[in-house]
Amino acid sequence: MNAIIFSALLGVVMMFSGILTTNKQAIKNIALVCLTLLLVANLANHYEWYSIKIDTKQMFSFSKYGYFFNTIAITATLLYVFVSGDDIVKVGSYGAEYFALIFFVLCGVTILSGYNNLLMLFLGIEIMTIPLYILTGSDKKNLHSNEAALKYFLMGAFSTGIMLMGIALLYGSSGNFGIETVVNITAGTLMKVPILEVIGLMFIFVSMLFKVSAAPFHFWTPDVYDGAPSVFTSFMATIVKSAGFIALITLFANKSEELGKLWNILLVIVIIATLLVGNITAVFQQSVKRMLAYSSIAQAGFMLFALYSKNDIARDGILLYTSAYSLATIGTFAILIKMDDHSINGYNGLAKSQPLLAATQSIFLFSLAGIPLTAGFFAKYFMLASVIRTGGSAAVYLVIIGVLFAAVSVYYYFKVIQAMYFKEGSAATSKITPNFKFALLVIAFLIILFGVMPDTLLGLFYF
Amino acid sequence: MPIQYYIYLSLALFSIGIVGVLVRRNAIIVFMCIELMLNAVNLLLLAFSKMHYNTALLTNKETTAGTEGQLFVFFIMVVAAAEVSVGLAIIVMMYRNIHSVDVNFLNRLKN
Repeated sequence: MNAIIFSALLGVVMMFSGILTTNKQAIKNIALVCLTLLLVANLANHYEWYSIKIDTKQMFSFSKYGYFFNTIAITATLLYVFVSGDDIVKVGSYGAEYFALIFFVLCGVTILSGYNNLLMLFLGIEIMTIPLYILTGSDKKNLHSNEAALKYFLMGAFSTGIMLMGIALLYGSSGNFGIETVVNITAGTLMKVPILEVIGLMFIFVSMLFKVSAAPFHFWTPDVYDGAPSVFTSFMATIVKSAGFIALITLFANKSEELGKLWNILLVIVIIATLLVGNITAVFQQSVKRMLAYSSIAQAGFMLFALYSKNDIARDGILLYTSAYSLATIGTFAILIKMDDHSINGYNGLAKSQPLLAATQSIFLFSLAGIPLTAGFFAKYFMLASVIRTGGSAAVYLVIIGVLFAAVSVYYYFKVIQAMYFKEGSAATSKITPNFKFALLVIAFLIILFGVMPDTLLGLFYF
Repeated sequence: MPIQYYIYLSLALFSIGIVGVLVRRNAIIVFMCIELMLNAVNLLLLAFSKMHYNTALLTNKETTAGTEGQLFVFFIMVVAAAEVSVGLAIIVMMYRNIHSVDVNFLNRLKN
């Protein structure tokens, strides 16, 4: 609750700070302070301290799980601003407004982590994506950015329309917008029309697949991620995408029983298609940014495992996956922004000129690929373990396919490492500040910490 | 009127919207088709709201069933307005750069 209120208020504060100062460094520091405040406000919720007590009429159901997801999302944003804040203010001449929009996105994210009503699902998704359309198009003179913004906007609005149709059909069958109450309608008082409900859930599922860029509906992702300014791609691919997954899991943890067998078959097809498309296409990419876009589709496939299993391991696992994936991707993009040439050849010989950048970049890529001793390994482990625990005829095949595609992903992640360490060349970077190096080291340290002791992160959850 | 008629009408409008989004290339018209989809949903929500009200009225004379469906419509209208403001800004930004609102034009320009 605190997080929702504070993120909206602090967003407004950021907008006003743009009037008072045009100093880019000052704006970045204000954003860091505001994010820290937001983090503290959210942590206060863990300890049952509320700024305002509001009766939300079952629109929200706040839980420790949701608070913990907020903590992860806000911490990831804090690290993200810490490491690439200088590049955010450099995108255009509206530094403070970009940060304000990031706060509004966080407001949507925090709504999605605690919603209990389809109305809040809709509002959360819209509050999250509308600022993102602006951020995508923030490089106004760049045609790639224009195209990405237009494409993202049209696809986003289109999928919102589909989701609304699903919500309307669900409303028709149940008479309310709660996400739990649909199953136990009192017989006789309301008309029960199961076919409407099934179609409605399918519509919502399709639109959510759009939002998290899973396989049959992923086609917008590479263009949008490639065209958007790299700093904002980093934000879109990590925090926003994870929030989409939390929303998806919250909804279908309650609803999927009603779909029965159809649901499992559908989900298995979606998971396999997502892994296949994401990994195989990523292999052929020459641009690192585009490769990361496809690899984010592949990682989405792994996160969908949690939706298949829906048990406790999956719930913990998705948090671990979110943090591991967000940290590694934020770090990778932070280095990518500093590179002059975004193709894989642009990384040639980086280890000679910038040994620290190359070393941390390798740790991030190890984590993305799921090599042991990094957070990514346990994230993938939790996902696969949860599927095994759930069982079912498809579980074994899913795990085998998951492991196979994890092996494929090693190939394209290691191409970058190979370029950095084993190829001759002079990788050109823009100016690297000591602060930037320090931030990278912090992220790398966290990744290794969670890789050695994943319990530290999950233990925090149960404090 | 039976509820089916409303459902058919909404689904027809919704399908016209979807086909428009997929077929048309003018960004403004694609945008109008998306609005058509949203308004089809509004119509359907209102019809269901009335249906639930009428069903509940049989057992309880002072029922408020169905109000949330109408409230939802207001939220859709507000969000759609916010989306229009951002979307038109994006289209204007694109028009300033390439003097066209053709969705496929940018693809051709890149190559």
